[in-house]
Amino acid sequence: MDREVLSGVHFMQGDIACAEGALAAGCRFFAGYPITPASEIAEKMAERLPQVGGVYIQMEDELASIAAVIGSSWTGAKSMTATSGPGISLMQENIGYAVATETPCVLINVQRGGPSTGIPSVHLQGDILQARRGSHGEYEIIALAPSSCQEMFDFTIEAFNLAEKYRTVVFVLTDAFVGHMREEIIIPEPEKIHRVQRKLPDPKASRTRLKGFLDEDVAPMPIFGHGFKTHVTGSCHNDTGQRNVIDAEALDYYIKRLKGKIDKHAHEIISVSQDMDEAKIALISYGSCYRAVREALNILKDEDMHQVGSFRLITIWPFPKIQIEQLARRVKTIIVLENNLGQITPYVEAAVGGEAEVIFLPPRVLGTLHDPYAIVDKVKEVIR
Amino acid sequence: MKLHHPLAKYVRPGAISTATCSGCGDGIIAQAVLRAIDELKLNIDDFVFVSGIGCAGWIPSPFFNADTLHTTHGRPIAFATGVKLARPDRYVVVISGDGDLAAIGGNHLIHAARRNIDMTVICANNGIYGMTGGQVAPTTPLGLKTTTTPYGNVEKAFDLCALISSAGASYVARWTTYHARGLTRSVKKAIQKKGFSFIEVISQCPLQYGRRTGVGNAVAMMKGYKENSLSVKKASSLNEEELKNRIIVGELVDKDLPELTEQIERVRRGLCARRKKLR
Repeated sequence: MDREVLSGVHFMQGDIACAEGALAAGCRFFAGYPITPASEIAEKMAERLPQVGGVYIQMEDELASIAAVIGSSWTGAKSMTATSGPGISLMQENIGYAVATETPCVLINVQRGGPSTGIPSVHLQGDILQARRGSHGEYEIIALAPSSCQEMFDFTIEAFNLAEKYRTVVFVLTDAFVGHMREEIIIPEPEKIHRVQRKLPDPKASRTRLKGFLDEDVAPMPIFGHGFKTHVTGSCHNDTGQRNVIDAEALDYYIKRLKGKIDKHAHEIISVSQDMDEAKIALISYGSCYRAVREALNILKDEDMHQVGSFRLITIWPFPKIQIEQLARRVKTIIVLENNLGQITPYVEAAVGGEAEVIFLPPRVLGTLHDPYAIVDKVKEVIR
Repeated sequence: MKLHHPLAKYVRPGAISTATCSGCGDGIIAQAVLRAIDELKLNIDDFVFVSGIGCAGWIPSPFFNADTLHTTHGRPIAFATGVKLARPDRYVVVISGDGDLAAIGGNHLIHAARRNIDMTVICANNGIYGMTGGQVAPTTPLGLKTTTTPYGNVEKAFDLCALISSAGASYVARWTTYHARGLTRSVKKAIQKKGFSFIEVISQCPLQYGRRTGVGNAVAMMKGYKENSLSVKKASSLNEEELKNRIIVGELVDKDLPELTEQIERVRRGLCARRKKLR
């Protein structure tokens, strides 16, 4: 069992599928700290990474974990950490550092019930906005939301590919429901797995004027150990990495370039899955909520009610504003399902801009899956 | 004739101005590190310098013309751990201040020493928060008046070398900026030592420490280091009372202990051998 890609059919836990996806993507460095409900990812990586020549280290806390991930990424390693809300809270400063220094890395957030210690084993989609805006300052982020064990595998690979391509932090925003669920997953043959590697500078490039930062089309990464004499700083810097902590204009350029890198490529990054046909009511969901939506749609189809469809966010960030704008012109009502008190709902409302009615529907009890029949009832109420 | 500083070849082109105040000890520390690399005839491209936030964080960044990682406050050792684990063939050197390494980053410091990961940590200890305006630090002497201890410091200062020795480091030494030669010797040894090496450098902050506390200017502070310091050997025959307010300089620990990256490699080789056996 020492292969990096365990091709075949498995009955696998979501967290384990995530770890296997990371290995299949080429991840060779994991630094973490135990936390429910994400510990299984660390345990699997501790077992598997030494088998494939990688490094696993359990750090003294989450602040150190993300720091070590960033440090290793600067040597060229594909790196990740996995934690839950409290751990992400502790990592926030260095998440901003990774964004600012354009360091590719993958963060798995197996969300649990919060705020604070909350309930570790209950699933809440409580950290959606935290992923977007948790660290200080202006920045953009990429976040994917898997809803099955298969997607824990697939989306983790995609997260690495996006991190490498755009040199940034990519979140996999899953939760205790998906992380602890067990399902059939199919791991393809290694040659069928699409892997992206970060661009590196020309080895003969000038050492003094090497442009390794702030390119909206993603600068090649001057990783350590190749004589690039790279200067990496979380301070405001220019495209050669040279610090400038004096000019507001330099800060303006630095912020806009970092954000612009994601904005410019948002159309390539954003992924949604729609099952709408001619439906006039859209159920917008992401992550574990999508499972309840699927079940509700099955029930409605059995009752010959075809005026309802699903619009699912695969990437939550960058937010699929244009796609929702287009959706709003085709439907009368949008029901947003989230296992929280409505974190993306204001973003949906802003995108809809009054073109359709927007209704927010949380589960009856926060921290549990939506009852599919409650969704069905809501749809029937809207139709009436 | 154009004169060149013998270590100028290690300075990043374009890095011309310094962030440090006149009389600061950081320059002496910078020179000791570069001189050690020069005397060892090592290639600076084989190093990764990691620093945190605070005046001493600016010693390698941007001045050393090498790979430099200027990190967040308190975390340079954690970043450096990631660098070293992923590239064990690089020399990893952390240079930062006492506030960065021993206050906000204290947990990373002791755990890196416990792991005995092969890196050199140089702590410029000026006993105060210099960059932010002279606030009390965990290394500030008892009773000293600072901007945040207007009635005198009521806390004891950390003995960083004792802390790191007991945490399990392979090499621990203490010097002051007055002892530039001893410091350079120790940096050379630390770089070559397989394991966690910690060098505390008692360093003057004439602006925030000397001026406000009345200790004096840079020269007066360094004179004080000269007069108050004594070697490890001499100190060993003195009692606690006689050692009060003295700075013990020299090598405190020099041991050969299991090192982390070697331990990880041993595990990987063991797995590889087991796999071959199974085939």
